[in-house]
Formats: sequence, structure tokens, C-alpha cells
Amino acid sequence: MRIIELKETVTASNDRDAETLRGELKQKGTLLINLMASPGAGKTTLLERTIHDLRDRMRIAVMEADVDSDVDAVRIERTGAKAVQAHTDGMCHMDAGMTRRALDALGEDPFDLVVLENVGNLICPAEFDTGAGRCVMLLSVPEGDDKPLKYPLMFTKSDVLIITKTDVAPYFDFDPDACIRRARKLNPDITVFTVSAKTGDGFEEWEDWLIKAVADWKN
Amino acid sequence: MHEMGIILHLAKTLDEAAEREQIKKITRVTLEVGEVSGIVTDYFSDCWNYFRKKRPVLESAELELVTIPAVTYCSSCKRTYPTVQYGRTCPYCESGETWLLKGSECIIKEIEVE
Repeated sequence: MRIIELKETVTASNDRDAETLRGELKQKGTLLINLMASPGAGKTTLLERTIHDLRDRMRIAVMEADVDSDVDAVRIERTGAKAVQAHTDGMCHMDAGMTRRALDALGEDPFDLVVLENVGNLICPAEFDTGAGRCVMLLSVPEGDDKPLKYPLMFTKSDVLIITKTDVAPYFDFDPDACIRRARKLNPDITVFTVSAKTGDGFEEWEDWLIKAVADWKN
Repeated sequence: MHEMGIILHLAKTLDEAAEREQIKKITRVTLEVGEVSGIVTDYFSDCWNYFRKKRPVLESAELELVTIPAVTYCSSCKRTYPTVQYGRTCPYCESGETWLLKGSECIIKEIEVE
């Protein structure tokens, strides 16, 4: 009998897989975005509008991750973008291995941007590196400005926070300044956009960021 | 559901270590689990006992969990305090400018092998 000191995190194997995948995507010039939010925050609606606005400028594909069903993938396909549905077999998050299988399912076509729409959940997806080049999270106005206090890891891991559904702000007590202050306390470098997919408010700024992020990834 | 996901990753990390070190059988796995890692230890052990039977290299591996106390640092008064007892607000100066020093980790400390 002998004892071996490992001193590795339990997810070390996933971290290595994610790093390899990120390197391969960098070589191909494909930016993978891990899009995370609660169920109903507006992930699919944001993507529909973004794809509509940018589909002539870049090649976009979407990987929908859900525990079950393909309703989101069907919505994305209507925009003309390629979509695949990944099932997580009951898991509450996507990891690097599942992400690689979903990318394989997209086939050989080259893409400039692939969006992984992660399982709707503000906790588990933040803990698993998928191999994405950028992490983007949404928080919708009805969810409340206290969410950075309750789910700090998600705000710490995200490069971008998009506050969605600003058109319904008059009906809620959402304080955007308090929300952004709380998010920046956890993550001083986080980029923040406020949008409404209904009116199109704020989409220009978000899409400009996305165009630049895709271009930067190729350099 | 979250615990099972972590077990799958733990098993994969152990498989890789077993191959690297040419290990046939792991008899004990010692994990350091932070107090605020979010892992429910009872449920975690149940998941492990269910899962290990599926892998010859892991089936006789007992899981030992060592709890790491969570400690928070206050950047206003430069003192540290136990996180679980006092949360985000410093008990000495009531500042909210506090940071978790340790307690959110889940690390494979060592494995015992045949």
C-alpha cells in the first residue's frame, strides 16, 4: 500500500479538457461564448434578435443545452442559424466533454461565433469550464437587483453582464445602479449592457462588443 | 444532481491519475471540502458509493472527506473571521468590504493505492 499526494481540484480533468478545447477553437478562429442565466431570463430571445442583426456579418451557430426537449433549437433554426440541441441527461450544467460532443454535432462547417446556451441555472454552470473563450450572463429586470449577492460565483466568472427586459422596468423595483455596483464589487472588470429585446434598446452596444470580440479572437 | 456531476468529474480525474501512475486499485480517496463549497457531504458520499461500483479501479475506494473551515478577510480592519458564523459583514468593524480567503475549494488531497 502506498499513498500518492494529488493536490488536484476534483474538476482538474474537466479543466484540462476545457483548456485543450479552447486552444483548438482559437486555432480555428471560432469564438465560443458560454451564455448563462436563469430559466426565462431571455437567453433565446436575445439570441434570436442578435442573429437577425448580425447574420450577414458573421457565421453563427447555436448549441442549446437543456435537460430535455428541443423547443429552443427549433426557435433558433427559424432565424436561419445552424442549431443543435444538447441534452445533459439530467445534469444541471454543461462541461467541456459535453460541449465538445455538441460542437462535433454542428459538423465541419466553419463558424465565426458559436453560442452555447447553457442550462437555465445561476449556480452550477458557473462552476464548470466549458472551454468557451468568453462567458456572458443575463439577468432580467423581474429577477431583481439583489442577484449578485445571492449568486456571486456567476457574476465573478462572467466577462459580460447583460441586464435584459428593461422595457418592463416601470413595473418593478429593479435598481440598475445597485445591481451594477454589486456586480462590480465581485468582478471589477465585468462589462455591462442593458437591453430590451422587445424594443431593441441597447442592442447596438452589445452587438458592437460581440463584433469586436469575434475579431479579437481571430488575432 | 450537482453532487453527481462533481462525482463524475472526480472519477475522471482519478482515472487519469491511475493511468499516469499505473495504479490497479485505489483503496481510499481523501478530499478536502471547504465549508462553503456548496457540497452536501452526506449526499456526496451516497453518490460516491453508488458510482464507485461501476469502475474496477474505484470500487473498493473509501471516500474520506476533510472539512476545511471557511475564513473571510476584512479589507477595512485587516482582520480575519469565521465565514459561516458571521457571513459577509465583518464582526469587528461591521464593514461589508470582505473577501473569502478559503473554504470554497474541493481538492483531492491524496489517494491510497494497492
